[in-house]
Formats: sequence, structure tokens, C-alpha cells
Amino acid sequence: MNDILKSWIPKNSEVLDLGCGDGSLLASLKDDLDISGYGVDISEKNIELSLGKGLNVIEQDIDAGLDNFMNSSFDIVIMSQSIQALKKPENALKEIVRIGSECIVSIPNFANLKCRIQLALTGKMPVSKALPHEWYSTPNLHLCSLKDFESLCEKLNIQVIERKLIRNDGKHSIFMKFFPNLFTEVALYKLKQKL
Amino acid sequence: MESESLGIVEPKFFQFKENFELESGKILKGFEIIYETYGELNKEKSNAVLICHALSGNHHAAGFSQDEQDKPGWWNELIGPNKAFDTNKYFIVSLNNLGGCHGSSGPSSIDPETSKPFGKNFPLITVKDWVKSQDLLRSHLGLDFWHAVAGGSLGGMQALQWAIDFGGRIKKSIVIAAAPKLSAQNIAFNEVARQAIVTDPDFDQGSFHPKRGLGLARMLGHITYLSEEMMKEKFGRDLKKEEYEYGFDVEFEVESYLRYQADTFSDKFNAHTYLLMTKALDYFDPSRDYANDLNKALEKTTSDFLILSFSSDWRFAPERSKEIVNALISSKKSVSYAEIKSHQGHDGFLFPDKRYVQSIKTFLKK
Repeated sequence: MNDILKSWIPKNSEVLDLGCGDGSLLASLKDDLDISGYGVDISEKNIELSLGKGLNVIEQDIDAGLDNFMNSSFDIVIMSQSIQALKKPENALKEIVRIGSECIVSIPNFANLKCRIQLALTGKMPVSKALPHEWYSTPNLHLCSLKDFESLCEKLNIQVIERKLIRNDGKHSIFMKFFPNLFTEVALYKLKQKL
Repeated sequence: MESESLGIVEPKFFQFKENFELESGKILKGFEIIYETYGELNKEKSNAVLICHALSGNHHAAGFSQDEQDKPGWWNELIGPNKAFDTNKYFIVSLNNLGGCHGSSGPSSIDPETSKPFGKNFPLITVKDWVKSQDLLRSHLGLDFWHAVAGGSLGGMQALQWAIDFGGRIKKSIVIAAAPKLSAQNIAFNEVARQAIVTDPDFDQGSFHPKRGLGLARMLGHITYLSEEMMKEKFGRDLKKEEYEYGFDVEFEVESYLRYQADTFSDKFNAHTYLLMTKALDYFDPSRDYANDLNKALEKTTSDFLILSFSSDWRFAPERSKEIVNALISSKKSVSYAEIKSHQGHDGFLFPDKRYVQSIKTFLKK
């Protein structure tokens, strides 16, 4: 997945990674593409781990707003598998296209076949490698399908510049081409605000 | 890892014999600065860290002094072997700022022209002046640059001013529990403290010691250093005796504590130094030289910043630290920020919270 991400990020870009986790993505972008920028996270542990990787990292609650980041102040804003954990994903989406010239968002697809089968056959909320949490303890508050996500983009006047569909192991399969919402496990989007 | 003590530390002196021009335009005809060092300077001279003190601090930040062998320096919890500022790795320098009353030139020093203490005649010193004098100390120590400059509260403001004024001579700036400038409320508290001092009948032109006024100023200051939560936890409404006495003597534990703080502080601190330090706080506003634009003030900085705040600090709340962070982000500077969860209020920066210590360690190594 990181390979796809990297292919979308020009060298020396200024990058804002929202929900940067332990900072490993940002660190590898720094090493491979000489990017500069900041990670943002809310977890104490992630701040410490990112700091330990020599990154600039800001402790901030994305749900509390991003108005400290100015319009078009970053080349790329990344939200890698973090939008579904937000309380206000719609707000965040609006904000990131304001802050970044381009944005990269990746989401777990809740409408993939495995999820559907689990829910249909067991009658219980799906638990998988990509979404390993029980319903009561999951940090993923706003799961969606590709269709859901894309219609939100549409509503917010956000243009999908590119879309890559993969399985959890990072591979693409031919089935995704014909039934994307059924076979995709993770979707990566390159987005920007429509003018 | 076991943290050991630094043992007894001997202060050193730096004498500057030339005229020193102050931001106010006044001239100090030379000065003396008392300082301590902990740890060893490495061969490359690349591991020196400057510690800047806050309002009532001094040069004695760690270890024990000859005269006070039972009470360690004010930041002893953070400076020492294996501590946040690890003396096994860094050469730590801590000074008493000009205008202080612990050995550096200040209101209690003798004015050579009158052979009496300067008192109120000692000129007002600003954060910018301090940083300039600290840079002379750097040069005196034979250092080309500081690996880091660090401080809490007013000390953090010096760390910020360092980055602005001497960008090339500082690699890292650690700004803790600070603000880019004081708010009206902050200044108001300082003004009440000053009025407590100057309206004390014993203040009288500085030749006497306004113990009551200084004590009151300290009481007020102390309230702003603690969080309500911490006061509740520490004192609650506890009474010294079981019943109300319906009088004005000390009854509540919190009263007793404040009076004790006032008493011990006013015995050893100089009232003019207190006035001067609060003024330095009020005047601090690095954006003033840059059309009141903090972004512009920070534009030329080249150091890596670590900004830390404490969740229950209401004197310089996390939002104030974030103002600095946001200005640094706007000008795309290297900055990291963490808000340390603490119930200790502004004083949080004095205690070795685990996350706080680790952030400093990691950042110094970064």
C-alpha cells in the first residue's frame, strides 16, 4: 500500500500526515522522497514513537478542528486508515482538501465480500484482519463502503483524481475491476477540491 | 535506570567588564553572572545545554549547594545522571539572570557610584537582554553553539527568544509551559503583585525590605502556579482545628500553606528583583519587533523546536503554547508539540512526569 502512496507523492513535497500513528509512513517518505512536514496524532504513545523517529509531530485532536493549518499550505495531506476513527469524518474531509493541494485518503471497505458474508451468515459484526476489533471496543466509529465514501466526496464537491483498490495484502485482483465494492478491502483515493 | 545525585555543586562567576547596552537604551557598566555547570563538555563542544530559569529561579538548578545541603536545586528532578537533561551525555549550564538576587548583578549588588545596593536604581532588564548576556556567557565558555536551550515559563520565553535572536548558535529550543506574550490577565496578576510590594510601607525607596508586600506577591503568584484540582486534592477545605473560630487567624490548611510560602520566600528574595522579573514577563513579546506578527518573528529561526504544555496549567494554558506551535507550522519550521497530562497546574514543569521526561530525552537525542 505504501508503494502506491509513494507513487502519488512527488519528491521534496511538503506533507501533512493526519493520524500519523507511530510515524513509520512519514519516516519512510522522508527517507525515500525527501519530503518535509508534520505528523499529527492524538495518542501519547504515537507522539513519543514519532518523535523517536526524528519526525516533527504535533499532538492534536483532528476532531477538534484543523483551522491552525492554513489554506493550501501543504502539497499533500495524508489520512491513511484514520478517517473511519474520527467522530466527524465529514468535517475532516472538508478541511483536508482546503489544507492540501492534493489529499491521499485510504479507507477500509466495509462492504467487501468477507464482511458481507460474516454479517449474513453469523449475524454478527464482522471481525477481520483489517478490522480486528469487536463492535464495543473498536476505534472505528465511521466505517463505510467505497460507494458511501465516493458519494460523500461528491456531496462535498471533492474530485477523485485517482483510485487504487487492493486487498489487505496490498495486491490488486481482477475481480475488483468488475465488482469494486464487493472485492476491495482497502481503497486509496487521491482527492482534491473541485474548483 | 537508577538516577544518582550530582552531589555538591560549586558556582562559578563570569565577569563582563565592558558596557552592556540594554533594550531600554540604558547602559550597565559591566556585570557579573553566577552560574553552575553539570556534566562534561565533550571534545567537539557539541553537547552544551543552557537552562534558563523562571520568575523566582536561580543558577542553582541541580545538585546541592555548600550552604544548603538538605535541599537540591530547583530542577534537580530533571537534571542529573539519566534524568531528562542527562548529565552523562550533556554539559548543562545554568545561570542566575541579570537583575536576579542570587549572585548575578542585580538590585542587591553594590552600585560602585554610591557604594550602596542598586535597589530600585537597577535598570529594568528584558528577556532580550538576558539572552544577549547569556550569549556572552556562551562565548566566555568557549562554545560556538548550544546543543539546546531549555526552560519553563519565563525560562521557556528565553529559549524562544534565543531561537529568534541567535538562530545560528542554537540547535534546539525547548519551550515549556510558556506563551508567546502575556495576556491582559497575566499582566493584571503581575500588577497586583507589584502593587503589593510597592504599597508596603517598608518599601520606602528600596533601602528597606518590604517583607509583607513581597510575601503577598508570592501568595498571589503561588495561587496561579497551582491548578484548582491540585489545591482541592492537597488542601480541600481542611481545617487546622476541628471547629470554626470565627476570626481572621489561619484556619484553613490552604491559608497556612500560603502564609508559609510567603514567609520563607520573602525572607530570602529581593523585592526589586521580583518587580524586575514581573516586568520582564510583561514586556516579553518577540513579535513586537516584527510588526506584531509572530510568524515573521519566527521566520529566520533555524533551530528545531519542542513545545510542551501542561493540561491543567491556566497561567500559560496549552492554548498559549499552541500559538507558538501554529506560528512555527505556518512558517514551516521544525517543531513538535505535546500536551502533558498533569494536575499540577503551571508548576507541572518542575516535576518529573514520565512522559514529560521521555519527550525531552528523545528530543535532545533527535
